This record gives sequence, structure tokens and C-alpha cells, in this order.
Amino acid sequence: MAQLATAKEGGAVIKAASSSGRKPFRLSTLMSILGTTPLILTAVGVFFICIIYSFVLSFTNSRIFPAFGADNFVGGDQYARLWSTGRWLISVNNIWIFGLLSIVANMTAGYLLAVFMDQRIKAEDWFRSIFLYPFAMSLVITGLVWRWILDPNYGIQATVRGWGFTEFAFAPLVSAQTAIYGLVVAGIWNGVGVTMAIMLAGLRGVDAEIWKAAKIDGIPTWRTYLFIVLPMMRGAILTAFILQCVGVVRVYDLIVAMTQGGPGISTQMPAIFVIQHITDRSNVGLGMAAATMMLLPVILLLGLQVFVQWRANRVKESA
Amino acid sequence: MTTETLASPAPRALEAGPRGAKPRTLTISRVGVYVFLVLAALFFLMPLWVMVVTSLKAMPEIQLRNIFQWPQQITFEPWLKAWDTACTGRDCNGLKPGFLNSVKITVVGTAISIVIAALNGYALSFWRYKGANFLFGLLVFGAFVPYQVVIYPLIVAFRELGIFGTFPGIIVIHTIFGMPILTLLFRNFFAALPPELFKAARVDGAGFWQIFFQIMIPMAVPITIVAVILQVTGIWNDFLFGTVFAGRENMPMTVQLNNIVNTTTGVREYNVHMAATILTAAVPLAVYFISGKWFVRGIAAGAVKG
Repeated sequence: MAQLATAKEGGAVIKAASSSGRKPFRLSTLMSILGTTPLILTAVGVFFICIIYSFVLSFTNSRIFPAFGADNFVGGDQYARLWSTGRWLISVNNIWIFGLLSIVANMTAGYLLAVFMDQRIKAEDWFRSIFLYPFAMSLVITGLVWRWILDPNYGIQATVRGWGFTEFAFAPLVSAQTAIYGLVVAGIWNGVGVTMAIMLAGLRGVDAEIWKAAKIDGIPTWRTYLFIVLPMMRGAILTAFILQCVGVVRVYDLIVAMTQGGPGISTQMPAIFVIQHITDRSNVGLGMAAATMMLLPVILLLGLQVFVQWRANRVKESA
Repeated sequence: MTTETLASPAPRALEAGPRGAKPRTLTISRVGVYVFLVLAALFFLMPLWVMVVTSLKAMPEIQLRNIFQWPQQITFEPWLKAWDTACTGRDCNGLKPGFLNSVKITVVGTAISIVIAALNGYALSFWRYKGANFLFGLLVFGAFVPYQVVIYPLIVAFRELGIFGTFPGIIVIHTIFGMPILTLLFRNFFAALPPELFKAARVDGAGFWQIFFQIMIPMAVPITIVAVILQVTGIWNDFLFGTVFAGRENMPMTVQLNNIVNTTTGVREYNVHMAATILTAAVPLAVYFISGKWFVRGIAAGAVKG
């Protein structure tokens, strides 16, 4: 109520001042800046200053606390150290395997589900709810449930062996070689529904005429889906893809809940590496070097996008 | 104009009717479609089934090693234990303190972050000052920045401000990291409103706050619902910020759940773990099933523009 009252006063001021020229604009601009103070603080303070701060720290030998003394600056030493640290090399290797596998599997399964959902099926809402509900739950829960399902002594493996298939083996989490595949399965279970929903929206955005034309030309349905409709859904595919990429780079909760980076350090990821080094391992300098490496692909991708846009604009102008 | 038609157009495509290949009568391929979908549905439902079944068994029955089987004797003991007495290290209070913390964090965090985002979106649509577009660009960039890049500087800053590991601290964190997506959501919504609406209010002499509270907020109900769904599930499901910024006193439910399951002392009680997991998942699941298509719309809104 108090705010409403002041708002009325503000309005009155504007009314009174509007006869005398440009003044009201100043007041409203001030209000606008005032109203967006949190935005200014977040954009500049967090997404600019904090990033620079992390970047600068990566050139120091800070341990627990930030150290900016003249003798704390060690140049690129942390980066050299980072790329000769086994734990980091494994992390980078893992994020590639995990990322490639989960993005490919997720997109393929998501598109397949969307195509099947698009067949004028009954109970579409039911299927949609079932495919999408895992996404409502956190990755911690996803990780804990799948860890239980993949438990070597009580999970699927033990159950199927109990049915008589004594040779059956499906317990990826116990071995350093296969643990990452267990993570991929859980990640897909959590996220495929979203890809499906985005792809389905894309499918339904395709012009109905296309379908008629394909039918007249006698092109089989599956070929229409794969070679005609799929290339037309660039927007939906890109959206799903970006969403997946952001998720992969951030993956943290799932690992902590499911494998805690193990067995050994076989499922370490960059996100975990950074958190460990700024907390338990108290090696902030090295952690920030790793964080900067995490930011690099993001900057490159966004830079590429800006460049493509800039070129497109220039072509338009010169034409 | 109903509130329904005001929602942003992109997510609405999700609700359009099927338009794919025409269905024929019941042929083999139709049967194949349903077989595929039912099998897929079974895969997605299996973990939920396993969770529920495990949580209703006593430990001796779990040791029979059949995770899919319905319990021969149903017991609610694991649920009570998970809620009330399960241990994390030395504390044996179950999940309930975590539940209360999560409720507090989610309610306050959602409310504050949405008010701020709505104000941002409104100012960025109608009262763009010099440099506003640059700030907005920086904020959207923030949506793509891995959290790990800014977490340490934020820890340092929060220590300086004395809010590290406190309730206000965790609220500020959720406000910061919810801001890019939510601001985008509100800005796109306000920018799509007919500009005459704003001009008419200006002619009538309404100012910044008056237009916001009396005209824009009532119009923004649909997008606010989407934002609430997005934030409630997002904050409730958060784990990383809860571990780093909330402190022991305000530990959210997800963190406590993980601690209970990973506590190394004593026998591993899988039934209690699964009951605890369901309890932690209950709130976002309820939001999901109650909100239905709004939830899908929220995902689409967050995804398309995120």
C-alpha cells in the first residue's frame, strides 16, 4: 500500500512537471535505474566482476584465501600444473565421453519418442506426463534412485540373476571402466522427456502442406520424418542441443549422488574438480584455473554466435 | 481477452493438436507404435516403482534381492524413520528440519526473485535507459556461465558482507542465479504487450511504479505462474548452492537427503533411503502433476530462451 501511495505521488509529480519540458523523463529514468538495481548489481557485480576476479586469481598461488601480493602472482603456472594433473585430465576426458554419449542418446531418443507421440495416439497426455515427470525431480534424487537400481548386490543384476539368469551382469557403477555409462543412463532418464517435448513442439510446427506433398510424391513416412521434417526443425533441435550442453557442463549433483566421483577418481568432472579445490583441497589458484577452462568453451561458442550474426548483418547492409 | 491468450506464443505450440501422419485402421504398425510407447513408459516408470516398493519393505525382505517385487508385508516404518529419526552423522532428526528449511528457502526465494525479475522485465521493456541493453546482454550471458566460475568470488564477497552460510545469503544466491531466465521471461512477455496500453497510461499521467503495480502486474498473471513453477522446482531441487551457501542451520532437504544416504555409520537401510528420496521428490512432483501443461510451458519458456 505504501508503495502504491508513493507511486501516485510520483505520477502527480510527472503531471505537474510535464508542462515544463524534459524533466519528467529524468525522474522516470531515475526510477527505472532504481527499480533495476538488483539487475545492475547482478549483471555487473556477478557476471562481470566475479568472472574477472576468478580469472585474475587463476594467475596466483592462492590457497584458502585470495592472495594478491606481488609475490603471489605466478603467471601461467597454475595452468601448466592443471594440465599435468591426472585428476583434471580424467575430468576433461570424462566430460567429453559423458557429454557426447548423453547428448547423442538424448537427442536420438527424444526425437524417436516425439515421432511416436506424433502418431495420433490415444492417451497422449498420459504418455507425455510419464516421459516428463523425471525432469521435475532433482538430479540428486535421480542419482540416488539409479544408484540403488544399479546396486550390484540388491539391484537389477541380483534380481535378474535370481530369476535364473545367473550369468547376467549389469552393474556399471562398480567398475572404473563402466561407471560413466551408468551416469549416462540416469542422465537420460532424467532429461529425455524435455527433449521429447521440445521436438514434439517442433514437429507440430512443421507446415501440414509438407506432409501432403510428401504423401503425393509417395515418400514413406519414416523417410519424411528423417530427411524432410527433421532438417526443417532446426530451431527445436538447436534449443534442445543448447539445453543439453548447458546441463552437461554443469553436471555436479548427479555425480555427487551417484558415484561421488568414483570408483577411485574414474567419474571426476570439471565441476566437481573446481568445488573440491576451493573447499576441501584448498587450492584456490588451481581451482580458478580450472574454472576459467570451463568458461572457455562458453565464451568461444557465444563469440562464434555473435560473429555469425555480425557477418549476417554486414551482408544485409552491403546488399 | 482471456489471460490464456496472453501467454507467450512460442510455448503454446506445445499444446497444438497432433498433425503427423494420418492414422490408418489398426494395422501392425499401429500396434508397433503402442508397443514402443508402452515399453518406453515402463522404462520411465520403473525407477518410481522401485522407489515405492523398496520404501514399503522391511530390511529382511529387501535382502531377498528382488527390487521389482511388491512387498509381501507392507510397512510404513521406513517412512517414519526417514522423516523423523534417520541420522546424518551425529544428528538423528530425519528429514524434517531439511524440509522446513527447504520450504522457507523456496517460498522466500521464489517471491523475491520473481518480484525483482518482473520489475527488471518491465523496466527493460518500457523504460530503457542508456546502457540497459548492455546490462541485459550481460545478464543473458550469465545464464550460460558455469556456476563454478563465479562461486568462489561470491563466497569471498558473502564472507565480507557477513551473509555467508546464512538464510539471507542463500536467498540472495537463488535470486542472482534465477535472474537471467526470469528476467528474460518477463521482458519477452512485457515486450509482446500492445504498446498502446503503456502509452495510454502515460498520457493519463501514470508514472513508473503506478503503471507497474496497477497495469502490468495484473496483466502478468500467466507469466508469473510459469515463473513460480520454474522457481519452486528449481530452488527446491537445488543441491550445489545449498551445500556451499546455506550453512548447517539452513541446510535444504536435498543436501540432507544426500547426507542421510551417504552416511557411513551403521547398516545401510535402503528402505529408509528410498522413503527419504520419495519425500524429497514429493514437492516438485506435486507441482508437476498439479500444474500439468503450465509446467511444460515453463520448461519451454526456460529452454527456448535460455
